[in-house]
Amino acid sequence: MGSNLTPPQLRRGGLNGGDNPGLSQPPWWRNRLLIPWLVQALVGFVLLLLVAFLLGNLVRNLTAAGLLLSWRWLGQPAGFDIAESVLPFQAEMPYWRGLLAGLGNTLRAVSCGLIGATVVGTLAGMANFSSNGLLRRLVRVYVELVRNIPLLLQLVFWYFVVFLSLPNGLAALQGPGVVLAKSGLYLAGFHNGLHWVGPQLVNDVWQAPLRLSVEFCALLVGLVVYSGAYIAEVVRGGIASVPAGQWEAASSLGLGWLASIRHVVIPQALPVIVPGLNTQYISLAKNSSLAVAVGYADLYAVAETTLNQTGRAVEVIILLLGTYLVLDLLISALMNALNQFVRIKER
Amino acid sequence: MLVLAALLLGPLAACAPEDGSGVQSQKMAAIQSRGKLICGVEGTLPGFSFVEPDGRYSGLDVDVCKAVAAALLGDASKVEYRNLNSSERFAALASGEVDLLSRNTTETLSRDAAGGNGLSFAPTVFYDGQGVMVPVASGIKGLKDLAGKPICVESGTTTELNLADRMRELNVAYTPLKFQTSDQTYAAYLGARCVAVTSDRSQLAGKRSSFPNADAHALLPEVMSKEPLSPASVNSDPAWADALRWSIYALMQAEEWGLTQANVDAKLSEAKANPNLADLRRFLGVEGDFGKQLGLPSDFAFKAIKAVGNYGEMFDRNVGPASKLKLERGINRQWKEGGLIYAPPFR
Repeated sequence: MGSNLTPPQLRRGGLNGGDNPGLSQPPWWRNRLLIPWLVQALVGFVLLLLVAFLLGNLVRNLTAAGLLLSWRWLGQPAGFDIAESVLPFQAEMPYWRGLLAGLGNTLRAVSCGLIGATVVGTLAGMANFSSNGLLRRLVRVYVELVRNIPLLLQLVFWYFVVFLSLPNGLAALQGPGVVLAKSGLYLAGFHNGLHWVGPQLVNDVWQAPLRLSVEFCALLVGLVVYSGAYIAEVVRGGIASVPAGQWEAASSLGLGWLASIRHVVIPQALPVIVPGLNTQYISLAKNSSLAVAVGYADLYAVAETTLNQTGRAVEVIILLLGTYLVLDLLISALMNALNQFVRIKER
Repeated sequence: MLVLAALLLGPLAACAPEDGSGVQSQKMAAIQSRGKLICGVEGTLPGFSFVEPDGRYSGLDVDVCKAVAAALLGDASKVEYRNLNSSERFAALASGEVDLLSRNTTETLSRDAAGGNGLSFAPTVFYDGQGVMVPVASGIKGLKDLAGKPICVESGTTTELNLADRMRELNVAYTPLKFQTSDQTYAAYLGARCVAVTSDRSQLAGKRSSFPNADAHALLPEVMSKEPLSPASVNSDPAWADALRWSIYALMQAEEWGLTQANVDAKLSEAKANPNLADLRRFLGVEGDFGKQLGLPSDFAFKAIKAVGNYGEMFDRNVGPASKLKLERGINRQWKEGGLIYAPPFR
């Protein structure tokens, strides 16, 4: 046992061999430097072999089935239409334009969802520390209810139960500059330069400078409400990590609740909150692929149609995997940069 | 390395030699050793494949599964049904999750081609065409009235492409709202999110029969496409595809010769007693080796007819004028009556 207590450097013949020319070097199988490397190299080699075998198997079987990876189909005309698209798309355009249009729709839903969920989550998380008991309990009910119901069910609920029971035409819900009907959400905006135009009813159909489809609205509301609940918990955890003494110190300076949380507590809570937010943002981006359940033409929905029309399952899935991976890595990189920025700088 | 060796040798061991029947089919051997046929169906479509209140499957597509199970295994009840949506169906078949796809699938070039989906289609069991259903109250009389309106469609179907093609021809702009399952598609239509829903006319009639107020919805007279709905298997197992093809032809031949579920027992005794009825004797397996050539039991045709009746009986029971769907035989009559149902000679 005694030898185990010797510092490792002393036992490595290679390092201090020069000091003891009389001692013979230990045999290689007892070399503490070499053996871990050998084991790692062996494991790495076996892993490589396994990957090579699996890839070879894939290529062999795909070749046998006449399905060897090919990307020529990307240039063929898609032949299907997309209901709404940020990027222009028509049926005679090639598949890659369709997939790009789907990606545009996904990015639109994800970026709006990130902003919305952050606002909802931060407010709900802060409300946990409110002095108003009713507000605190309402937030608990919201978080527990939403966290414990699968997102798919929530999306189906928002779309089929809430948005599809909205009235159409004159009976639609109307506010100043905004109309919510079964056909979509209509918002006022600038039209032809500087004319401020609100939603108008033309031939029993609403028209407005800005229209969001109910499919998009249902997806957005679903994602915001769902991710908002998780973000609320992250924010709550972050705020709770700030010692109670900080609150007391803030109030002894005469700061009110809002001022204490804004100037004293949140800056100290952010280093705890940001890594948790990262996870939630990535989940939100991935969850956006459930859009297909509410008829929103996101990347996944377009890819599914493409897969069916071309029969190129492996290629389409590889594209999907790659795209969502890059999207999530981008979000992660941005959040890591933010994390560096909000880190408590010790002076 | 042992694991690797096992991985490498595993597939070789699975390629066990066939028995002496002369017919090489891994699929049929697998079904026989498993003792049941796994059949992919739609599952929510009255008249074609639908789960009855007592939990049993019924419909034209389901009867095809039963007939094939009876022909191959001698027992129509040895079927396990898998509900598949339009997007899953080909992947489920290609991966071997189902042995047979009997799910109102339109036979097309790209689905049949080895470079496309690589399916092998059995004889068409229902010649259909794509139609459009609208609420009677909407006053829509033709496709041109749908300009600028949202149309519900199931994603990943030929329907989706036909709609895009037809509307492009007519130069009518529309909004396609695509859903993953037929239930979602019709829920959105009944929720009045779209003014029309498009699908095969048989499917529209089937779905309409389950609506609370079926009379409030009507099919437009226009037929947009040819939709030959056919069962399918993978094209890598020709022996299985042949067995499937001739099991279905047997049902059509039975109708042509007047064999029914009720009289097939009597016909069999008649054939056994009278050596002059050569056609019937070969067909019912009293003489000759038709079954063996296909890798099926010699009495496969008898078992199939005994299980589900002839093609005409299947049609009438599930979708015919006396059923809930009330569809006319139309082009699905026997060739002798001017229809398209035609079994090649059992020779």
